[in-house]
Amino acid sequence: MPALELRGVSKNFGAIVALNGVDMDISNGEVVGLMGDNGAGKSTLMKIVAGNFPPTSGKMLLDGEEVQFSKPIDARRKGIEIVYQDLALCDNLTAAANVFLGREKKKRIGFIRYLDHSAMIKHAAELFKELKSETRPRDLVRQMSGGQRQAVAIARTRLSDPKIVLMDEPTAAISVRQVAEVLELIRRLKESDHGVVLVSHRMPDVFSVCDRVAVLRRGTKVADKAIANTNPEEVTGLITGAIGSA
Amino acid sequence: MSSESHTSHADIDESITSHRELTGLQSMIRTQPFWVFVAIVAIGVVMSIISDVFFTERNLFNITRNFAFFGIMALGMSAVIVTAGIDLSVGSLMGLTGIVAGLVMQAGFSVGIGFLACMGTAALVGLINGVLIAYLRMAPFVVTLGMLAIARSIAMVVSNNKMIYQFGPDQDLFEWIGGESVFGVPNPVWVMIILTAVFWVAYRYSTWGRWVFAVGGNKDAAKLAGIPVERVIVSVYVICSSCAGLAAFLMVGWFGSVTNALGLTYELNVIAATVIGGANLMGGVAYALGAPIGAALMELIRNSLLLAGIDALWQQFFVGLFLILAVLLEQIRNRGG
Ligand SMILES: Nc1ncnc2c1ncn2[C@@H]1O[C@H](COP(=O)(O)OP(=O)(O)OP(=O)(O)O)[C@@H](O)[C@H]1O
Ligand SMILES: [Mg+2]
Repeated sequence: MPALELRGVSKNFGAIVALNGVDMDISNGEVVGLMGDNGAGKSTLMKIVAGNFPPTSGKMLLDGEEVQFSKPIDARRKGIEIVYQDLALCDNLTAAANVFLGREKKKRIGFIRYLDHSAMIKHAAELFKELKSETRPRDLVRQMSGGQRQAVAIARTRLSDPKIVLMDEPTAAISVRQVAEVLELIRRLKESDHGVVLVSHRMPDVFSVCDRVAVLRRGTKVADKAIANTNPEEVTGLITGAIGSA
Repeated sequence: MSSESHTSHADIDESITSHRELTGLQSMIRTQPFWVFVAIVAIGVVMSIISDVFFTERNLFNITRNFAFFGIMALGMSAVIVTAGIDLSVGSLMGLTGIVAGLVMQAGFSVGIGFLACMGTAALVGLINGVLIAYLRMAPFVVTLGMLAIARSIAMVVSNNKMIYQFGPDQDLFEWIGGESVFGVPNPVWVMIILTAVFWVAYRYSTWGRWVFAVGGNKDAAKLAGIPVERVIVSVYVICSSCAGLAAFLMVGWFGSVTNALGLTYELNVIAATVIGGANLMGGVAYALGAPIGAALMELIRNSLLLAGIDALWQQFFVGLFLILAVLLEQIRNRGG
């Protein structure tokens, strides 16, 4: 049984049809690549799964049970973590503060609870090290490079042990060395039986870590194939519309 | 060049890291309150040279007592400004809460009841501001501008435009709280010191503080992270109003009387003090210590002009000048990295 099932998910923004009856399954230990042109609806689909907004119609099943999220924290509680395309960070806070935002570590003396800065900095440093990122926990996000910001956003998903990890273009702004680390992280997530959705425009990334690739075109899913049964040329054709569907 | 090529990448990474990590002192020097404090010390040194009166206990006592009221309000304002908000109603609210406290005690209630009525009124007004801003998504400027007019008007109506100078059975205690001192330090200054410490701890060590700054930095990201953004916004307006109520309570006790004109135009000085103390009106930046420091600078300017024999009409000129300079300095430092 798939960990996550989407059934006929549609989303309208006023007159714009961003998604049109999308079906998709993600199993534990499976990495699904989600591709499509700009504006195809990839981020919209990820945001629906992550609880940012409800679908206009269609439903979502988690481990076979229908779920409805009214806010992102509902999805997180059910074991869905997401790296947003725009990263959603607070520029005025440090890297460590951003990693733990909304999930701050606290210490207590009697009944007084206060922020445990040193524990958060230490834990954040470990996560950045694991990502082989040169991100310093005490630096303000405002002063960081694109890659460092991305590392902060990815580190956020490592705080809990989620079932499903959604990554919306996690490698868009980072160096070759760090791309390799993110792909390695995705492989580790797969080995530890997590379901992963990787939204990406980078064909080599998708073909090196994904088991399946799904293609959206103007809100409609036009293909969903095992990587072994397709090739970059076909996927490119599906994205552009040169190939109708597969 | 050749020596560098022998250095391993790890060493370079290490050296970059150690260059960039700031020590406590270095990061303090980078903050605006620090430089405003330096300016205060400089003005203080100059003044004690050119004026015999400046460094007397009496004068310092007056300076600190005078700025304590603004310092208390600036602390509350700093929390609002961190969230990229503004509260224009604090001056009018002083009038309203001062009148409420006065009326309640004049009617024969104890100072405790008077205090509760004062703070309850303040909190209620803050709650209304906060709910309109957070849940109905109205602009803080507009909501609190409206409240500026409304609160002053209510103060006028309920006071019947009369001065109140009789504060019931606890009159002496009430006037002691606002007007006297403990260990040579005026009571309002004690209140400001304690409140500054409370804000400092709350900003640095509480989740509330962390969330207030997160909301000011990126409201959407804060929301996505599961922070109750609306409740955080309501809380800062309630706190800001409560600080205004507290300042009014102390000030009326000090004056020994209250009219509905109490706090008229104070909102401008409070906002100026907060900004001089390093708060950024775009949100996300403020310092607990900045509030009393900004208020202190403004009172120091007033006092210095007075002692130097310069017409008091120049005071606002210099306050305005410092305000613009402080913001300019901040801009320059930000651009410098
Ligand atoms: N909040 C919104 N309000 C209105 N329209 C929206 C909103 N979010 C997305 N859209 C529209 O929905 C469509 C799909 O957008 P989406 O962000 O999902 O595309 P995408 O596939 O992620 O593109 P990209 O590769 O550029 O990130 C677009 O036409 C976009 O303009
Ligand atoms: Mg997108």
